Order: sequence, then C-alpha cells, then structure tokens
Amino acid sequence: MTRVPPSRRDAFRALAALGLVACDTSKPHKGALGRMERVTETLEGAMLSERVPSRDLELTPMDAIPGYHVAPEIPAVPDDWKLIVSGLVATPLRLTLADLRALPQIGARIRHHCVEGWSAVADWSGVAITEIAKLAGARPTAYVEFRSFDAPSATARGYWSSWDRASALHPDTMVALAMNGAPLTPKHGAPCRLYGSVKLGYKMVKYLTEISFLDRRTGGYWENQGYEWFAGV
Amino acid sequence: MANRRRRPQPLLIRVTHWINVPALVLMAMSGLQILIAYPFFGPRGATYDWMMQGWMPPAWMRAGSWLAGARHLHFAFAWLLVVNAIVYLGYLAASGEWRRRLFWPPRDTRPAIQQLLYYLRLRKFAPAKDLYNGLQRSAYTAAIVLAILEVASGLAIWKPVQLHRLTWLMGGYDGARVIHFLALVGLGAFVVLHVVMVIVHWRQVPAMITGGRAPADDEAAP
Repeated sequence: MTRVPPSRRDAFRALAALGLVACDTSKPHKGALGRMERVTETLEGAMLSERVPSRDLELTPMDAIPGYHVAPEIPAVPDDWKLIVSGLVATPLRLTLADLRALPQIGARIRHHCVEGWSAVADWSGVAITEIAKLAGARPTAYVEFRSFDAPSATARGYWSSWDRASALHPDTMVALAMNGAPLTPKHGAPCRLYGSVKLGYKMVKYLTEISFLDRRTGGYWENQGYEWFAGV
Repeated sequence: MANRRRRPQPLLIRVTHWINVPALVLMAMSGLQILIAYPFFGPRGATYDWMMQGWMPPAWMRAGSWLAGARHLHFAFAWLLVVNAIVYLGYLAASGEWRRRLFWPPRDTRPAIQQLLYYLRLRKFAPAKDLYNGLQRSAYTAAIVLAILEVASGLAIWKPVQLHRLTWLMGGYDGARVIHFLALVGLGAFVVLHVVMVIVHWRQVPAMITGGRAPADDEAAP
C-alpha cells in the first residue's frame, strides 16, 4: 500500500473544516466564537459605567410595545406568589406586592433595546436591586440570578437570567412594579419584572419569582441556547 | 525620495487587503442575518417612512444560521476587522503611503472627472496617473470613509448607553441602525464596482498578490 502524501487541496479542506468547527454558529459559546465572546465580554465589563442614560426620550405608544414570554399563553400569576430573595444573604426574604410597594421607589424613562434590533421607550418605576440587596443583607457576590414563573411548559424550568454584580446594582436596575404610571399588566410581566438601562431585553426577566445572590454564574434561558451572556448596551 | 523606491503594493497593504476580503463578506452576511430578526428601521410605533422597511435578504446573502450565531460571528470578525483597519491606517500614516493612495481634492478632483469622462467615452485620452488615477483615489477613499462610518455606527448600536455621545452623533440608536445598513449598501456598491474594474484591468491583479516591481533607479527620479 502506498501512502499518498496529502495534497494542497486536502490541506485546504482540512483548514476549512477547522474553521467551521472553530466558528460553529449552532454552539456559539464554544471554539473560536466562544473565545471571542470572552474578549467582547471583557470589553463590555470595562465599559460599564454607573452613570444613568439620558431621560430625554419620546415615549412609545403602549400598543406598539410587544410583550414576549416563553409560555404558550401569557403566564398567570400563581395564587401564592411572593418574590423570594435568596442565595448568599443574611436574611432570606419573601416579599408580597404590598411589601414591595412599601419600599422606597425609583423611576426612570428608559429606552428598551431588544436583541432583535427594535427599540421602545417607557417610564418604569419600582424598587432598586440595591435596596433589595440592602434589605436582605446580601453578600457582595459576583452574580445575581433572576428567575421567573414564565415556563415553556408546566414541567419545564422557568425563564431565568444571571447578571454580573455591577449591572445588577446599577442605579437604574430595579424590580419594576409600574410601567408608564400604571401597575404592570400581564402582557409586560405582572406582578413585577426586572428592568434597567444597561442590558438587552432578554436579560430583563419578566414574571419575577426569585432573586438569588450567587458566587457562580448560572447562565440563562436564551444565554444557554447561544445568546451572549453579558449582553450590555 | 525613499517612497519612490517602494514596490507598488507593500506587504502590509496586501496582507490587510486580503484579510478584508473574507472578513468583510462574513460581516456583511452575518449582519444581514441579524437584520432579518427585525428588518425595520425606526423605533417601535414610529418607524421611519423615508426608509425602506421589511426587506428580507435571501438566504445566500446571510451567514450564521440564526440570530445568536450571526451575532457571535459578527462580533468576532468585527474585532478582527478593527485590528486590521488600525494596522492598515497606521501604516498609511507612518509610511506616507496615504499621499499616493488617498483622495486629495486640489490634486485629484480634476483628474477624477477627466478619468470618469474617459470611461464614459466623452474624452479621448485618460489623464496622467502615477500609482492610481484620481477616480481610483476617490473610490478607495470613499470606501475608507464608509468603513469608518460602519465601525462608528456599529459601536453605537452595540453600546447605545455606554457610548451615548457616539450614539447621539449617529442620530441615536435607531439612526445608527440606518447608517449601519446604508454604509453596508455603499460598501457593497464599492465592492461591485471594484471587482468590475479589477476584471477590466486584470493586468494589475498580480501586483496586489506579489507586490509588483519596485521602480529601478532611473525610473525613481521625480
């Protein structure tokens, strides 16, 4: 049997195959794309500032703002709903809507940036995450996880997202109770949702059930399917 | 002048040029894949009526297979292109190559018009040229301007909050999306014209690969 030396064409094919594996867009957190994501993420972390964006924005008509959820229907609030605050905290909390309303409120007009490319402006108000961290005596963990009762099916895990600490404690990041001056509607995440000015839309979990202060990164519903984890704007 | 002894296409110019080819194609294709997630311009409820809306680029123009895949491709190759552009522009500035490559209106406006008239068969003879003619310089410089606009508007879309001043300069988040798309159309038009001219003037292609022949001493005199 004679061994045929690899031709230039074979080498070219191998190189092309290697390129495809390195840039597999169905597994974008792996290979060369994953390495580049970490480069981008480092830049995003370095660029994040505490300043709040301009409030000088034109409101978008309510009916022009879409409401996304992963459940087949708009998720209904569970009867025994409470907002759980857990993880590395001195005092785990179970907050009712009344408890949340009794806490100091912040408000901001914010442009929403959806990963799909659209933007929409609304007024948001609620309780700052810094306030909740203070109330629970949260340790200065590197990550904060937000969980939802919005789930693709009755047995599936609910929607969630985890954030870097600096973004979660940004002065605009809040548990939003009201949108455009009215209590949050079921379409937009009632009874409360995560909102802020420094992340793409899919990071801002609706139909909130739990906030956990964690020292490890726990991905997210879309993030685990391939979307960027940091997703700052 | 040392500049006169340099080969027509120095190594760094060739390397950065050929890196641009696959990287720009991938950027354009992944960009169009990102566009189809929301192929409209202007904020929700106030889309721009002066801008085309709802165009879905066909599959052969797209790469990355889905939004997340295309975004990862787009960001990965964006940094490669930015580094490539910094090397290219840095070399142009440091070597003085910009003098014979970039469009300088007092020198190049008239020859550019004469060259255009020559191509349109409205003028019998082509104007004198050295490395490039005035029309080439205007086209290559326009491509650089479009590329810079593309990067600036891309950064504005990526970081509308953190880079708020740049985003404001680009007409806000939704304005930056329009500029990002129109600059792509401009770059696409440049590439089509460029490839047509390369085919017509195919004898100049080898120089872009090998660098071409440096002028001899007697040719080097001004």
